[in-house]
Amino acid sequence: MAEVNAKQVLFEPIFSNNPIGLQILGICSALAVTTSMSVTIVMCLSVIAVTAFSNLAVSLVRTQIPGSIRIIVQMTIIASLVIVVDQILKAYAYEISKQLSVFVGLIITNCIVMGRAEGFAMKNGPWLSFLDGIGNGLGYSVMLLFVAFFRELLGAGSLFGFTLLTPVNEGGWYITNGLLLLPPSAFFIIGLAIWGLRTWMPEQVEEPDYKMSRHTHKEAF
Amino acid sequence: MAKAKETVSRTLIVALVLSIVFSVVVSTAAVSLRPAQIKNQNLDIKSNILAAAGMLETGASADQIEETFELFDVRLVDLETGDFVEPSAVDVEDPMKYDMYKAASDPKLSTNIPSSEDKAGIKRRPNIAKVYTLSENGDLVRVVLPVHGYGLWSTLYGFVSLEGDLNTIEGLGFYAHAETPGLGGEVDNPRWKQQWVGKELYGDDPTEPQIQLVKGGVGADAKNKEHKIDALSGATLTSRGVEQLVNYWMGDRGYAPFLKKLREGEV
Repeated sequence: MAEVNAKQVLFEPIFSNNPIGLQILGICSALAVTTSMSVTIVMCLSVIAVTAFSNLAVSLVRTQIPGSIRIIVQMTIIASLVIVVDQILKAYAYEISKQLSVFVGLIITNCIVMGRAEGFAMKNGPWLSFLDGIGNGLGYSVMLLFVAFFRELLGAGSLFGFTLLTPVNEGGWYITNGLLLLPPSAFFIIGLAIWGLRTWMPEQVEEPDYKMSRHTHKEAF
Repeated sequence: MAKAKETVSRTLIVALVLSIVFSVVVSTAAVSLRPAQIKNQNLDIKSNILAAAGMLETGASADQIEETFELFDVRLVDLETGDFVEPSAVDVEDPMKYDMYKAASDPKLSTNIPSSEDKAGIKRRPNIAKVYTLSENGDLVRVVLPVHGYGLWSTLYGFVSLEGDLNTIEGLGFYAHAETPGLGGEVDNPRWKQQWVGKELYGDDPTEPQIQLVKGGVGADAKNKEHKIDALSGATLTSRGVEQLVNYWMGDRGYAPFLKKLREGEV
């Protein structure tokens, strides 16, 4: 953490330190809001805004926060920002806010936001913290959009609501893959994405927690 | 420095200041965005009603929706007697402000449905419902009725639109539900909804709705075809829920008394 520069802080979380891919945080909303691209984009923008501004606010008051209540202080800041974002969406993007329903509110519990506030903003200046928030928000977004791309294309035959593969239900040829519209499918896609990411950047592969011992023979008697 | 900020009084001050600052931020946002949010909600309800009546053009602007909706009369109906009631009966000035789903959880404004009769799975029914009527040159041409009931996972909320004969279905649509996407969620499929158009609610008895959702599809020469609609494939329980909720709301405990009086010109 000695030499942090702005570029690193902004771009590292996108691939080489992706909050979902490497740290496996924020999986809950990655399952819930990735059935269509347009909904996902709004969710991503909301998360970017919340992580950036909560990091900024936490960093601004970091020298004033007593250690005993620092988590509560961070939660208050994050929760307030999330409510503001939720209110704005309800006023200006009503259709999408209806589809996101509770998941905007649940950004409060998104581990990425809290993790960055505690892990980065408490120790760094406001500008860097702000960039770190944007960077991590982008890292989250890249993964979510990747998941949403496959789920919407293969699950509903469309992208951003435009039909590309006409489904059988609408008189076309494409038999939609219903599994991809259900939350568990995101696990498969995230899993494959992490595999791809770690093949590309082998330094992300973790040491195994334990090694299996060699198979031993015991004669049956 | 580190010690100075760990005292009890310091902790309390930080907590207090923070609470005040952020409560101001949150309430400012909530209060200032309120009008826009209410406008969105109303517009949403109106466009759902128009969609059920088949009067919503794709890509219609907010003004167009408001304008088309102006054609409708919003009326309140006592479900027991089937008579129109004044908005003052439910303490509102504008019938548009009455929320029948909120009323369903108010003991003074709703009745318990005995479980033997609770086909729609809704437990309580509001005493007064909000209906939308459309007249042309003094003749009733269209009635849009709100319906709701339980499917597989969720309560489905929607509207049924009837033609002027109060028997022929002109459209049906659900605006809120959480059925399985791709299976029960296909209640939103325009092709499936299209099947409802022109179906008839009642047979000989105008209080007993006959709607049936048929598994495997309605054959070309099926008996009583005018009451039958293809069930959704892979969604037995959602289909049953839709069938039951339409029959409940169009039956004796729902809008049948009102529709009867309307048909006979008594209200």
